[in-house]
Amino acid sequence: MAIVLEAKGLNKTFGAVTAASDINVAVEKDSVVGLIGSNGAGKTTFINMVTGYLKPTSGSIFFAGRDITALSPRLITRLGICRSFQIPQLFSSLTVYENVMTGVGVVFSGGGWSDASPLEGTPEQAVETMLERFGLTAYRDKKANVLPEGVRKLLDIAMAMSVKPKILLLDEPTSGVSADEKFELMDMVMEAVRAQGVTVLFVEHDMEIVSRYTQRVLAFYEGRIIADGEPAKVLEDPEVRKYVTGEAHAAH
Amino acid sequence: MKLDRTTLTIAAVTVVLLVAGPLLPAWMMSLIKISLCYGIVVLGMLVLMRTGLVSFGHGLYYCLGAYAAAAHDKLANSLAEVGDASGWALLRGILRLPKMLVDALTGVFGPYDIAVMLVFSVVVTGLTAWILGFLLRKYREIFFAMLSLAFSMILYGSLVKSSALGSTDGFNIAARSVFGATLEDDSLRQTIFVSIVAVTMLSAWLVNLYLRTHRGRLAEAIRDNELRVEYMGASVRRTIHVNYIISAVLAGLGGALMAINIGHIDPEMAYWTTSGEFVFIGILAGTGSVLAPFLGALIFETIRSFAYEYSPNTWQMALGITMLLVILFLPGGLWSLFRKMRGKAA
Amino acid sequence: MVQLLAVLIDGLIYASWLFIIAVGLTLIYGVMKILNIAHGSLYALGAFTSVTFTSAWFAHGYPAMGSYAMLALAAVVVGLVAGPVIERGLLRFLYGKDEVVLVLVTYALFLILEDLIKLVWGVDPLFVQGPKGETPYALLGNFSIGGLTYPTYNLLLVGVAIVTAIVLTWVLARTRAGKLLIAVIHDRETAAAMGIDVGRTYFVTFTLGAMLAAVGGALTAPTVSVVTGMGAEVIVIAFAVVVIGGLGSLPGAALGAVIVGLVRAASIHYRPELELFAVYFVMAAVLIVRPKGLFSAAEVRKI
Repeated sequence: MAIVLEAKGLNKTFGAVTAASDINVAVEKDSVVGLIGSNGAGKTTFINMVTGYLKPTSGSIFFAGRDITALSPRLITRLGICRSFQIPQLFSSLTVYENVMTGVGVVFSGGGWSDASPLEGTPEQAVETMLERFGLTAYRDKKANVLPEGVRKLLDIAMAMSVKPKILLLDEPTSGVSADEKFELMDMVMEAVRAQGVTVLFVEHDMEIVSRYTQRVLAFYEGRIIADGEPAKVLEDPEVRKYVTGEAHAAH
Repeated sequence: MKLDRTTLTIAAVTVVLLVAGPLLPAWMMSLIKISLCYGIVVLGMLVLMRTGLVSFGHGLYYCLGAYAAAAHDKLANSLAEVGDASGWALLRGILRLPKMLVDALTGVFGPYDIAVMLVFSVVVTGLTAWILGFLLRKYREIFFAMLSLAFSMILYGSLVKSSALGSTDGFNIAARSVFGATLEDDSLRQTIFVSIVAVTMLSAWLVNLYLRTHRGRLAEAIRDNELRVEYMGASVRRTIHVNYIISAVLAGLGGALMAINIGHIDPEMAYWTTSGEFVFIGILAGTGSVLAPFLGALIFETIRSFAYEYSPNTWQMALGITMLLVILFLPGGLWSLFRKMRGKAA
Repeated sequence: MVQLLAVLIDGLIYASWLFIIAVGLTLIYGVMKILNIAHGSLYALGAFTSVTFTSAWFAHGYPAMGSYAMLALAAVVVGLVAGPVIERGLLRFLYGKDEVVLVLVTYALFLILEDLIKLVWGVDPLFVQGPKGETPYALLGNFSIGGLTYPTYNLLLVGVAIVTAIVLTWVLARTRAGKLLIAVIHDRETAAAMGIDVGRTYFVTFTLGAMLAAVGGALTAPTVSVVTGMGAEVIVIAFAVVVIGGLGSLPGAALGAVIVGLVRAASIHYRPELELFAVYFVMAAVLIVRPKGLFSAAEVRKI
């Protein structure tokens, strides 16, 4: 399987604080990877570095062999790495339709974009398709700032999906969503992901979701990756139990 | 091209103005002309406000547009003189270009041709905004407001100290022709009125079209969440830069039209309190429609003329109180009230 | 050489005047996140009120030296009346709104106050002067330095500026009230969560800021013709000082005042045609190099 994303020796320090320490990861195309770890362990820092929001203190990041370490979030998005956020980043005064149209509009207005599967039909049709895929059609004309939390999360992810991702990074896609809605949300996301042929990495605190949906898990602790492998194995790992899922793990 | 309600309204307003205008009493015509000139400046503010930015220095372009229209020959001569004095062949060549352009155009159309004046206004304000835009597009909120204020005060300071341009008194101008055809008295007055209506309504229509394009829609997205816009692959800085230039050119046209209309310009046009008036009208009007600025300007000018006549020492207070009321109770501006009323009637 | 000395002294005097006006502005912004355009009107109110008080003082034939007390009284009265009225009567209802909206509110307030001043004091220029021409300005005589003569009144100005700077620095660093103020400047929400009465802090800060603006106006009144429009002129230059120094920073206000003071003095002496524009040019230049002013806080991570 081809390596689509690679991090080599990533370090990130903020003064005396080490947010990331010697991160080495190679992600295969079309895989589904879970990132676990308690708060502050370095998962979001990792995503921020990969998407260009933070520059690593040292180390490099490669996307399909190309060094993207120094690129801006805008360029990295156009290359095909897209993300959603811990707190959904929406356009609050615009409707759900307009929110998704923003991304679609940018793609359709040209310029260099990744060669991921193109959005089909006219911009309007592409938006409708995306809304359907994420069950947002009922909320089409509602302003983003009046949506319930689960829908906000879905919109956030739909927006990331609308800009032709080859790799999708989701930061806590189910946090703040009620227990019964979590699985529905993840099913919807995974179906959309499969339809578009995207490699997925997502941060998650709920271990049931992790075991059900991922093929590979990376466990973070104090900026380091302390375990890397199949979900069952990683979740049994004594260090992981101690620092992530056991006593130290706080249920959100 | 779909004909939407705004375009139809613009067309209707244009027709009404052109037909009914000449029949109205002089004081009303004057009020309308001034409101249109102010309105187009505020249209520029609207474009920026939709992008989430409030400029406290739009007087810069309003004034620059007026001086470019009225004093292009003096400006071009000054630049050429500077170039000659420098003794540097390349610099001399570059600084002679404006004079050559001015001479060429006035040679064909005559001095003080309305069309030529508007062209100069657009060129000067567009160029200035393009240059300043590189700096200003990095700022937001208070700093954007303050930096734009600084630049307008820089222009004010320069003009006040410039005796060649009339210092604090400014100077008078008189349009004499349009597209080369000489005008006098009645035909001049009518042509000025038609020019004002044509330029302002055309601008409103074009801005409305722009705001419905993809880049136009990005403005509000930027206002709501810049970070997400970058994460959608669009450039926030570039969009802000473009919108800044558009708003500057609109303000410059307002200044040029005002200069042609009342025949006088002075540095006060760049003083911060003038910019404050534009901001006030912008807030009063709201950003709901490209016609809102013109309505807001009309209301503002009406209040100003009546309040001033009634009690010259309290009209500012009346404005201040109105602004507070609008901010407290009608944050979407008067246009949102208009929409609510229409909504209830429908 | 003499000219250089003149530039330095003029610069220092002007800087002192600027500091007194700018420090209130920067303090109010730092604590309340409001860029108060009405600060200019409060300055003007201080000036006009001192005209009224000193005129009454002179009219009663009291010793001219006492007119200084009248200036101080005017500043205190304006601060203690206008400050609370504005803060409790208007601003209190608007906390939490967007910064730019708050600026617009203070702009509306400025318009209202400017006309209020016209209604109370009329539109003609007024002077701090007794019926026999006594003025606090000339009262202290002159002093000479390096061949240049200055009214000693200007030393009073410098003195007040220095004392204000010292007192404020001490209050902020050493007293409990000062430390609470700094906590609110840094993070309003956390301060409130820790039980700090943010509302009362705002009240005190705004009143203090208003008083400082009025002090600036009262001290200026004897040196100029007091007329409407003085508020509008002063507020833009105060902004320049505060933005150069960094919004919300006390040392920033001092440094900004010194820079602007020296730049203006230098341009008046060497290139008078650049006087009005030099200050804003410097402000633009500083912002280009340090986008948030000279003493500015670090950015907080958003995501």
